[in-house]
Amino acid sequence: MAELKSNFEPKIVGFLCKWCAYTGADLAGTSRIKYPPNVNPIRVMCSGRVDPVLVLKALAAGADGVLIAGCHPGDCHYTSGNVKTIRRFKLLQKMLDQFRIEKGRVRLEWVSASEGERYARVVETMTEDIRTLGPLNWNLRKEA
Amino acid sequence: MKLQPRAGFSYYPGCSLEGMNRAYDKSARLVSKELGIDLAELDDWNCCGASAYMSIRELRAHLLSARNLALAEREKKDLAVVCPACFTNLTKTNQYMGEDPKLRRIVGSALKAANLQYLGTVRVRHLLDVIVNDIGQSDVKAKVTRPLSGLKVAPYYGCQFTRPLGEYDDKEFPMMLDTLLTWLGAEPVSFPLKAKCCGGILMTTNQSVALTLVRSLLDCATQNGAECIATICPLCHMSLEAYQGDVNKEFSTNFKVPMFYFTQLIGLAFGFGRKELGIDQELVSSKTVLEKRLVVT
Amino acid sequence: MAEKIGVYVCHCGTNIAQTVDCKSVVDYASGLPNVAVAREYQYMCSDPGQELIKNDIREVGLTRVVVASCSPLMHEPTFRRAVEEAGLNQFLFQMANIREQCSWISENREMATERAKAIVGAAVKRVIFQEPLEVKKVPVNPDVLVVGGGITGIEAALQIADSGKKVYLVEREPTIGGYMARFDKTFPTLDCAACILTPKMVSVGQHPNIELLSYSDVTGFSGYVGNFTAQIRKRSKYVEEEKCNGCGLCTEKCPVSVPSEFECGLGKRKAIYRPFPQAVPNIPVIDRDHCLYFTKGVCKVCVKFCPRGAIDFDQKETYLDLQVGTAILATGFDLFDASKVKQYGYGRLPNVITSLEFERMSHASGPTAGKILLKNGQMPTSVAILHCIGSRDQNNNEYCSRVCCMYSMKIAHLVHEKTGARVYEFYIDLRAFGKGYEEFYKRVLQEETIFIRGKAAEVTDVPQTPAEKGKLVVVAEDTLLGIVRRIPVDMVVLSVGFEPRKDVADVARIFSITRSQDGFFLEKHPKLAPVSTASDGIFVAGACQGPKDIPDSVAQGAAAAANALSLIDRKEVTLEPTVAVIDEESCSGCKICLGLCPYNAITFDETKKVSVVNDALCKGCGVCVAACPSGAIEQRNFTDDQLLAEVEAVCA
Repeated sequence: MAELKSNFEPKIVGFLCKWCAYTGADLAGTSRIKYPPNVNPIRVMCSGRVDPVLVLKALAAGADGVLIAGCHPGDCHYTSGNVKTIRRFKLLQKMLDQFRIEKGRVRLEWVSASEGERYARVVETMTEDIRTLGPLNWNLRKEA
Repeated sequence: MKLQPRAGFSYYPGCSLEGMNRAYDKSARLVSKELGIDLAELDDWNCCGASAYMSIRELRAHLLSARNLALAEREKKDLAVVCPACFTNLTKTNQYMGEDPKLRRIVGSALKAANLQYLGTVRVRHLLDVIVNDIGQSDVKAKVTRPLSGLKVAPYYGCQFTRPLGEYDDKEFPMMLDTLLTWLGAEPVSFPLKAKCCGGILMTTNQSVALTLVRSLLDCATQNGAECIATICPLCHMSLEAYQGDVNKEFSTNFKVPMFYFTQLIGLAFGFGRKELGIDQELVSSKTVLEKRLVVT
Repeated sequence: MAEKIGVYVCHCGTNIAQTVDCKSVVDYASGLPNVAVAREYQYMCSDPGQELIKNDIREVGLTRVVVASCSPLMHEPTFRRAVEEAGLNQFLFQMANIREQCSWISENREMATERAKAIVGAAVKRVIFQEPLEVKKVPVNPDVLVVGGGITGIEAALQIADSGKKVYLVEREPTIGGYMARFDKTFPTLDCAACILTPKMVSVGQHPNIELLSYSDVTGFSGYVGNFTAQIRKRSKYVEEEKCNGCGLCTEKCPVSVPSEFECGLGKRKAIYRPFPQAVPNIPVIDRDHCLYFTKGVCKVCVKFCPRGAIDFDQKETYLDLQVGTAILATGFDLFDASKVKQYGYGRLPNVITSLEFERMSHASGPTAGKILLKNGQMPTSVAILHCIGSRDQNNNEYCSRVCCMYSMKIAHLVHEKTGARVYEFYIDLRAFGKGYEEFYKRVLQEETIFIRGKAAEVTDVPQTPAEKGKLVVVAEDTLLGIVRRIPVDMVVLSVGFEPRKDVADVARIFSITRSQDGFFLEKHPKLAPVSTASDGIFVAGACQGPKDIPDSVAQGAAAAANALSLIDRKEVTLEPTVAVIDEESCSGCKICLGLCPYNAITFDETKKVSVVNDALCKGCGVCVAACPSGAIEQRNFTDDQLLAEVEAVCA
């Protein structure tokens, strides 16, 4: 089991807001920062666009984790989109607890357009943590 | 992980407090008790590696610190230290483990072999920081029964109290000890070299350099009117006290500057006697200065 | 009906091809359902690259296009244009970012290629669900808002006003002129700052197309490119601008003297004051906090002496709404607070001053009438200038402030000229990069300025030798000599660096623009679009975008003006149609979406009992879409189906 864990490459879906997080992620690339490529980016206009249902569908489709990344509170391009994200995320976490999905698997992070380095570190930390948690195996859990 | 505020501290005296600096330990425990700071000595603590080990065997030095942190975490208490070198080592390990997942893993597996683990919830605090920031002015002043009636003290911080990791005061010009001294009724003098190095371990490896540094400190303090010097570090204390004679011999000076641990000054202000605070054990007598200023038994 | 998708994998030279096995990605793409062609090419954004796409659209009859290359933030417009030119709706196109978020972040060829395949697969699946959309065209209001009346704002305002367009120039201080008005001489020409600035200030004050709103702030800003509304607050000067003729009698007679901010506290001003004699507008303002009438209800000497009866203690602040099409932010900078670096003794040791304080002393109309003096009134015989205070410093600001080396040399020159004192400059590196700058450095060297390569560690007054008694001793490691030196001097000048303004976060929020890591406003692209921002129609210029000298600030001011004029002359701009749309049939009338919209773009139709989106106000954030319990709202080009397709493709 130990060997399986260290070879396991987590599959993480990332919903990145175009104005901040996606731009920040681009900056990480432009700066040639090397970080684990485990987060697959999906661009949205605002983190507020992320319906919790999408998160659950991602986990059901085979993702081991989901990252939602948006502008820092107060800096949302649409003024208060990310505030709604915070509220939804809190409720989503409660639901995930009931599904017994570990806390570190679904995360909400703030990454500004100039925080390339930060984005890389967020992805790195999340990947390592989920690697330790192991694959989600949603289907197996359903049966269990 | 979120840090919770703790009740009580695990006390980490450090190795130097068991030898030459016993008085520091004595006075620290005494005044902490008086201030209601629960200071239970950390059971089975080990040496932090002092200044030397981190530079020679970094990983093993981290393991030394991590063991202490793990033991403190088991007690569910923060660590209170009185030696800035111990503070630096323990805080360094604490900080680096928090930032570096690889180090976390390696140290974690070493600790596991000793049936220990460290999850990063302990904070390392210097006792001066605890007294000034946690206890605060009104509670300290309330315990002062014998104000130090204008005793002119040069507050000496040494270099490791605020650099590199002490975030509680200004790095170049700290004021915490100055502030505490005013609460005790003493008069902290202007001491521009207050955060300058005393030479530390150089006193054994390159004595001429260390003696020059100590000399400039004693000079600056006395030139600014200090009657004594207050310290917060056992090694600084020893450098400035035990080697005053050598400084005098080397530079044909005539320094006779009494040195106090800050906890001894707190104790005096609280009304404790000299013997209780270990003031009878010093190398440069403070008898004259104390008798001039205060009636001390 | 099956779609015909064209997939194009770009090499981007070696940027992608070096790490990603493009052929393998092409092969993978060809095997995906609905993919009609899959190709690779060196540079897809080039003409031949774009031709490939256009050809296939025409000959193969492609119905969808995916380009796997750089970030959509880079070239989405380029490829959308190409697709549209070949007759296919531009929204039937999707980009797969396999560069910034794939090849550039990985060194592992296998992992990078797998990831590229996943990203391409996601784009292919998504694009099937995309629908043709039409962009919205809106007219552009030709009026321009310029925020900040320093040299940058002045340049931008004049350029635009000269072209015949109207400019609202909003300035927070009672006068325009900014920091430049406080300088004595400017490098490298040693032009007197006031002499070259004041004619421009006068032009602004007299220009028929510039409406100068001084002593005013922007309190709100809303709308979209071409159609912004700016809310301005005009603070009370307590002097009526139309009546005042700038005679200055009131300032002469006022009995209250307080430290002058303009003079860095080294000189005084009255409670009714003009910051400096050549102020534009030349109208004094009353400082409420110190005026005897406001604080104690007495005096009114100014009223007694004013020949025009222009003093009005009851003047209220006014608010106005301005309609503009574009905005240029030229809000400038602040200087690093030297008291943060206690080792240099600023605020503790006498005769340790900042560069700006030196400028005021050196200035002919400054507090010492242009003489360089110590606190005891004597001239210094030796001066040390310490570079990089607060800059290139991990403890404070990591960036270089660009101008300090040059202004330090200018200060050295002025010290030589006015006092003949010995001058030492303590530097880390010397940055003399501009036109005439290296030559100026040579001149200062010839004046026998002593340059010591080593950032000063501290300034102390604790002497170690008799020669140091009574002096300020600068301690620094001279890295060229390899020794630590202690240099006793009479005066120390701290070359403080630039910082973003204290309220830069608030301004950024008002205008909805972002800031870079160092805190200055973020430009769209550091090389190719230095004065644009991610928000169309809002431009930044000058030191608010990053530390820079006067020539570069003026250049950026003009550049921003050109950008604004280009937008205005286009007469109309296009808006992204990624708005929210409500399906009446599915809407249950729960009204959850109404309160969520940051722009109040959703209203409730009482007759039909459904919610309706006003797509002129909708900015396309998608917050309402995520909230709708019936799934009645969709965001165009970001529908649930499209996003889900991407999710399923990457998780497979």
